[in-house]
Amino acid sequence: MAQTEAELLDNPVAGNPTLILRSPDFHAITDAVAEPIERATPIGWWFFFIPSLALLGLLGVAVSWLFWEGIGIWGLNVPVGWAFDITNFVFWIGIGHAGTLISAILFLFRQKWRTSINRAAEAMTIFAVMCALLFPGIHVGRVWVAYWMFPLPNQMGVWPNFRSPLLWDVFAVSVYGTVSLLFWYVGLIPDLATMRDRGTTHGRKFGYGLFALGWRGSMRQWHHYESAYLILAALATPLVLSVHSIVSMDFAVSLLPGWHTTIFPPYFVAGAIFSGFAMVLTLMVICRKVFRLEHIITLRHFDYMAKIMLVTGSMVGFAYATEFFTAWYSGNPYEFFTFLNRAGGPYAWAYWIMVSCNVISPQVFWFKKARTSIPILFVMSIIINIGMWFERFVIIVTSLHRDFLPSSWGYFVPTRWDIACLLGSFGLFFTMFCLFVRFLPMVATAEVKGVLPQADPHHGSDLQPERSKDHRPAWPHRGPEPAPGGAS
Amino acid sequence: MPLFRQQVPTGPHYGVLAEFATTTDLYHACERVRDAGFTRWDAHTPFPVHGLDKAMGLKRSPLPWIVLVAGLTGAAGGFGLQYWVHADAYPLVISGKPYFAWPAMIPITFELGVLFAAFGAVFGMFGLNKLPMHHHPLFKSKIFERVTDDAFFISIESRDPKFDPSATGKLLESLGARSVELLES
Repeated sequence: MAQTEAELLDNPVAGNPTLILRSPDFHAITDAVAEPIERATPIGWWFFFIPSLALLGLLGVAVSWLFWEGIGIWGLNVPVGWAFDITNFVFWIGIGHAGTLISAILFLFRQKWRTSINRAAEAMTIFAVMCALLFPGIHVGRVWVAYWMFPLPNQMGVWPNFRSPLLWDVFAVSVYGTVSLLFWYVGLIPDLATMRDRGTTHGRKFGYGLFALGWRGSMRQWHHYESAYLILAALATPLVLSVHSIVSMDFAVSLLPGWHTTIFPPYFVAGAIFSGFAMVLTLMVICRKVFRLEHIITLRHFDYMAKIMLVTGSMVGFAYATEFFTAWYSGNPYEFFTFLNRAGGPYAWAYWIMVSCNVISPQVFWFKKARTSIPILFVMSIIINIGMWFERFVIIVTSLHRDFLPSSWGYFVPTRWDIACLLGSFGLFFTMFCLFVRFLPMVATAEVKGVLPQADPHHGSDLQPERSKDHRPAWPHRGPEPAPGGAS
Repeated sequence: MPLFRQQVPTGPHYGVLAEFATTTDLYHACERVRDAGFTRWDAHTPFPVHGLDKAMGLKRSPLPWIVLVAGLTGAAGGFGLQYWVHADAYPLVISGKPYFAWPAMIPITFELGVLFAAFGAVFGMFGLNKLPMHHHPLFKSKIFERVTDDAFFISIESRDPKFDPSATGKLLESLGARSVELLES
């Protein structure tokens, strides 16, 4: 190939950006996506799967010990009653948001480049929500009464308090998980049918066929399917904005300086998208290499994602500055002390890790060379995720550790079980993701085929729709408009 | 449309299945089949072909109405549950607010509205598409396996009043079909 990938991307045909390289036909797309699943397991996959599974085992040990012994095994104290548990919860739920942004919001904005990455990003959302749901579940201490969070009739005649943001959170996160799963599954149905029809073994035909529900690519089915997909995107868009807003209200509705601010909902949503795109990038850089999908997930996709990260990273930086300004401008000494303490107190190290990872380093994305360099993108995606984890840690722990009275000041140090739970949640996430890329099509082939030029029935200069109208035979019952008789 | 009508034709033949090489051929063939007055027919494609629903003369999907009803049910149920709990079943004074402090009930009302609307969209779509339906006469055709890969088909069912095993096949051939197959039912 004489031209480099970057040159090919800069040479769009007739003003349309080239989304898929090497101009493949439909069958080549199916092959590129389905073959890695049908081949024998690549060695590289075990290289990621075994460490992930080991970390998942660690999570099992840590959670079992937690249930046995209680949350005293964590480094929590008075005044720091929330630390790694809720930090991990907010971190993971934020990761999930980029998946919904890619699958729903970019769909509504007709951003066709999303088709190469939306499937994997949606899967990431579901696994991130699983990790997120784990932490509020286990941090309650007496997990066997965790069902008290749900409005279930019980012998005590007691009901949960629907006026508490913590209960809004239970509903928001579980609805988000359910809707994300439905959205992902609906998108998978045509591709599961592809896997069924390509299947050579009885097991594959049955397994994929069962979940493909007998999909037969009928236009009458596509007609309702497309309507359902559009509606789900339109529902998921306000939902995703509401979820992280409600998560932020867990803090903002309290009266604690450092938490009690109205900027939280938009600030949390921007940070969620920022960290989520970083995680999508981490996963996609590895997957496109391992599964040789460089022509489907191109540098153009990475370029677009880097731009979104630059925007959301700058929004987050702006929010950090606004918080400081508001703390000073409010004239409230407690509020201002909390923020000075954040940047210069015992946790200043965490604050400055956060600022350098989230605000300073993403500025490199102003340069196209950085946005299209795989090594820089990969390193930046890790840095941003570290930074966003620290953002949640800073918000939660620095606001708690110096209470109103100096006699109730404290310092949180994580124990080995705090760290085991954090690492273990990565084990859960990456184990699920490894299984996903091994057994399910990680690119939405039906959608990618739809953005190829030859997918458009009016593609090509000599095939204008007007011409075909003139050639239509004058059937006696033909009306002036397309006859609706075809619809049943 | 009756809810439980016969799903597939009875009789010796299911219908004819014709393969087309490109989306353009398929699009124009669909326009002609529509104009020929067939009613029990379908196009089969690996991805939704833009504008093909118009070429087939399909009506708008009623799904948005199903979703609207489901979403309103969810929102009303969510609001009603909270009202009943706080104002009737288990009244508690919280922060000196009235029992029926409706603004605090909006987030959960919204979430449950979205949840039910999403269920309406997915299960409504399954209902309209009659999914799951794991057995279908079309699956007996060998070439039909490529419908989820790169092939485009039109199928016309034998119970269509205008159906004729040889004439319908000839019509599809004249519209540029690459191959035409008569399917057993």
